[in-house]
Amino acid sequence: MNFVLTEEQEMTRKMVRDFAENEVAPGAEERDDKEEFSRELFDKMGELGLTGIPWPEEYGGGECDFISYVIAVEELSRVDASAGTTLSAHTSLAGWPLYKYGSEEQKKKYLEPMALGEKLGAYGLTEATAGTDAASQSTTAVLDGDSYILNGNKIFITNGGDAEINIIFAVTDKEKKAKGVSAFIVEKGTPGFSFGKKERKMGLRSSPTLELIFEDCRVPKENLLGKEGEGFKIAMSTLDGGRNGIAAQAVGIAQGALDAAADYAKTREQFGQPIANFQAISFMLADMGTKIEASRLLTYQAAYLESEGLPYGKASAMAKLFASETAMEVTTKAVQIFGGYGYTRDYPVERFMRDAKITEIYEGTSEVQRLVISRYLLS
Amino acid sequence: MAFTLTEEQLKKQQEFQHFADAEIDKGDHFPQENLNIAAKHGYMGYPIPAEWGGQGQDFLSYILLIEEISRVCSSTGAIIAVHTSVGSFPLLYFGTDEQKKRYLPALACGKMLGAFALTEADAGSDAAALSTTATPVDGGYRLNGCKIFITSGGQADLYTVFATLDKAKGVKSITAFLIEKDTPGLIPGKPEKKMGLNRSNTTELMLEDLFVPVSNRLGEEGEGFKIAMSLLDGGRIGIAAQGLGMARAAIEYTVNYLKAEARAGKKVDQGVSFSLADLATRLEAARLLVYRAAEVKESGARCSKEASMAKMYATDLAMEAATKCIDLCGLTAIRDDHPLTRYFRDAKAPQIYEGSNQIQRIVIARQLLK
Repeated sequence: MNFVLTEEQEMTRKMVRDFAENEVAPGAEERDDKEEFSRELFDKMGELGLTGIPWPEEYGGGECDFISYVIAVEELSRVDASAGTTLSAHTSLAGWPLYKYGSEEQKKKYLEPMALGEKLGAYGLTEATAGTDAASQSTTAVLDGDSYILNGNKIFITNGGDAEINIIFAVTDKEKKAKGVSAFIVEKGTPGFSFGKKERKMGLRSSPTLELIFEDCRVPKENLLGKEGEGFKIAMSTLDGGRNGIAAQAVGIAQGALDAAADYAKTREQFGQPIANFQAISFMLADMGTKIEASRLLTYQAAYLESEGLPYGKASAMAKLFASETAMEVTTKAVQIFGGYGYTRDYPVERFMRDAKITEIYEGTSEVQRLVISRYLLS
Repeated sequence: MAFTLTEEQLKKQQEFQHFADAEIDKGDHFPQENLNIAAKHGYMGYPIPAEWGGQGQDFLSYILLIEEISRVCSSTGAIIAVHTSVGSFPLLYFGTDEQKKRYLPALACGKMLGAFALTEADAGSDAAALSTTATPVDGGYRLNGCKIFITSGGQADLYTVFATLDKAKGVKSITAFLIEKDTPGLIPGKPEKKMGLNRSNTTELMLEDLFVPVSNRLGEEGEGFKIAMSLLDGGRIGIAAQGLGMARAAIEYTVNYLKAEARAGKKVDQGVSFSLADLATRLEAARLLVYRAAEVKESGARCSKEASMAKMYATDLAMEAATKCIDLCGLTAIRDDHPLTRYFRDAKAPQIYEGSNQIQRIVIARQLLK
């Protein structure tokens, strides 16, 4: 075993931290307040090479490992979880299935501009009545000549509306249930593809979450990703890796909250001394720090296993479960340490707490992670 | 970063697993046979350098050993961890060549069992407040006082004992001594009746006008507290490994129990399987914290924060796992002879010894607030 970052991983951390602190952090509060997505920020991520970290150079990627990628998501999320989720959905949810299942042409046409940061990616699986039970899809895709005709609605789509490249799941054979689901690459601007209302959310407010609407939307046949009927497999295997991204986001949010709470505890005086002197506060910080370290190790472990081509489904479910619940707990305690000030928007910890909640829900709720993990244990 | 054990470590892990399952007995008396067999395998001095009679293995491999032994018999794990981490390392780090020659090979090959005597009735977490005295006399020192909660008391052959030359001068007068078991004036008390870890002897240690020659002083006068503190990080990682092994034992028992239930056609409900998923996830977290602490120590870097995090998290988990696994397996698990009941009883002490988990929080918070 070796718990020391490689030079490349260390450099990634340093570069993304500089970028996060200098360019992402300053506007984070305002973007959250106005519920504004900054495409400019994504463009800058592209310029820095963050938008395709784990993909091969031939597709415009950085050809780094998945640890470098999760470090980037972590460092962005440490100052702005919305920026973290933009990159995570773009890379893990839209980039990964293209990289893994795309044909050579599809990779050149779609993965490369995404990796270069010229185009933004999104992933559309969830529907109003297909949440945790993702296999019960109602969006349909019917082959008609050289194209598929898509009909249906996708909800809660991260990067929705802004993403030029969308990975969409639809039923091509209803009889076959999960095995009758297929995956498609749908470009923004395709006739019949429109957007519904933008969700007004508790957190991640500068990351857009939209409904995608498909009304007789014609998608060329060559935009089928993988084979017909492979969609559900593609969707589920994508989520295995996506969970590492969410885990990294949770680690970043929690670290941001801990850093703020520790700084505050050192300077805030009550009863004539810094509140950090009270064990009620310092023991809270010790527990927070320990759980964050454990979350980080679980997350890097899952990313390492993926990089090495080893099985990582169980590891990523564990990382996601542990890290997201840690983020919720740590951010709640951080607000507690700040007291009344923590509840105001004058300090970032209330934003961290609002942002943390979704990590326990999306890409598989904590309950789904427990289901996945218990299956590994008991089968 | 690399999250897989090296091939060599994997091989050793398998060897330890086999040893623990096949050769460690789970009786209810002092596990002398276990220690004898461990000695035969070289496990009584696993991380001690070969030149001093040990196996010269890396610290993580030693941690894997403690984990596997503790999984089967946590008392044996505790005895070997104490013998190695705080019974042998002080000599290795601070002993003169002559002292090392005299004792270290005997400890490393298991001919001698090591113990560590720091705690007193009024010096627990506040170890610096000890009042056992060492009075300089011709050719050495006279020790008087009483140590408590000494692991392997009465069974050990060599004790590292801490005493003060002048209590008024505080920490800087604490000094360490090496005391052999038959030294006149060294009087171990009766084994404490404890909640758990019943195979490991825990006794008082009376020191009555006990003469220690200068040649048995470990380190310089006044260096004792530094010596004691410098051992803590390594010692804590050993206890963390003990907690890890105990948590694993409870969880693995429960996984097997529930699998058997499922095979018998009983439905394992989410109320049960989800609790198990949480425990298994925390076990993985504990494992990474413990192995990481061991690797940081091996690298020679300061590892106080990592060791404290590992010790606190892994031993808290051992207690939580034993408690929850009893819930998951039902009422039969509270019988006195049930393995889960033993894990439950055994798990409490590691949360307390080698720095209670409250002390670990103090250490961690200090690092975080720097």
